[in-house]
Amino acid sequence: MNPKAKTVTQNNTGEEVSAEKEARDRQETLKILKSFGRKRENLIPILQKVQARLGYLPREAMMEIATHLGIPEIDVYGVVTFYNQFRLNPPGKHSIRVCLGTACHMKGGYITLDAWKRRLDINQGETTPDREFDLDTVACVGCCTMAPVTVVDNQPEGKVEPTKVDGILLAFELERGAEGQKTVR
Amino acid sequence: MRTVSLTIDGQQITAREGDNLLWVALDNGIYIPNLCAIRDKSEPMASCRLCFVEVEGKEQPVTACTETVTEGMIVNTRGTRALSLARRSFELLMASHSLDCAHCPKSGSCELQHIARYLGTRLKSKQLRELRRDLPIDDSHPQIIYDPNKCVLCGRCIWTCREHLGVGVLGFAHRGFQRMVTTFEDEPLAISKCDRCVECIGVCPTGALLPRNETKTRVTSES
Repeated sequence: MNPKAKTVTQNNTGEEVSAEKEARDRQETLKILKSFGRKRENLIPILQKVQARLGYLPREAMMEIATHLGIPEIDVYGVVTFYNQFRLNPPGKHSIRVCLGTACHMKGGYITLDAWKRRLDINQGETTPDREFDLDTVACVGCCTMAPVTVVDNQPEGKVEPTKVDGILLAFELERGAEGQKTVR
Repeated sequence: MRTVSLTIDGQQITAREGDNLLWVALDNGIYIPNLCAIRDKSEPMASCRLCFVEVEGKEQPVTACTETVTEGMIVNTRGTRALSLARRSFELLMASHSLDCAHCPKSGSCELQHIARYLGTRLKSKQLRELRRDLPIDDSHPQIIYDPNKCVLCGRCIWTCREHLGVGVLGFAHRGFQRMVTTFEDEPLAISKCDRCVECIGVCPTGALLPRNETKTRVTSES
């Protein structure tokens, strides 16, 4: 993972990360921490709860957790980056999960991933600046005959070649356009 | 404390019962290649897979760092099977090592060079395809230059950092091939909580952690 990419996504979240939201996140984190003992073994349950509440694990939350458990901050970061279930960026409105399991790999899943990266202009594990999409990879979702698979909002899409990536994005754009018109009316 | 006597490479050795085989051998002047072993650590990491030895009565070679000495134990550190396992582990390590001895200030005191000599292998793998990580070099710190591409993930710096500071700056993060020694949120060392003791440089077996001005501070490493 590229350390530089993170600073970009942090800036990306721009307006949403207001002081107000930060304070609210902090309150939520502290409330969750209160219900846990200071044992190191509580780390993963705490991380899961905080992420369930906040949607992701902000830097400040990881620091609070480290202080609560009396462990180095890097240990919290190590666990968060080790497990796929934890995210360092706020989730987007739509989740894009590109399968890189064996079958999808053979069918060019990495090409599909590249197409997503190029179209959304983000790396895996990141969220677009407008918070519409977040991109990540998974290792096999169990429908290998459809390889290469991308799971879009929990719905597996089969044979996702780069052209289909464009198609899926176009569908979202149309949907958004329709919604926009509705609100205008 | 009860003592036990054992034989390592034909040499009679007495050691305290429950002692660790790797340290018993090293303390008695018998070298076994190792990178991730840390004497004070209660549980060995056993991740470098270099300290393979053959123990009589055991079907497979074992890692010396996970063995405790027992009475009458007969150990062969130069067994063919043990050495071929160690060689392959070493090759795997080197396949993703940014090999540049000619320009590396660590050359000469590098433990990787030492291990390659001991195992009688080349530094560059003949069989394995080179797989570089191409991670950015962190030269933000006033005293340390950290090149993660030369890191073998032995964890010595992490251990030292923790022992010295109480709260560690360095740790492992990310998973699989991306695993690396890093700081919280992969921050540059300069803005981390590093208190500049630079003890991590002294314990690094490779050229991953180097003093900024290598002419002033001599790079030494324990082997």
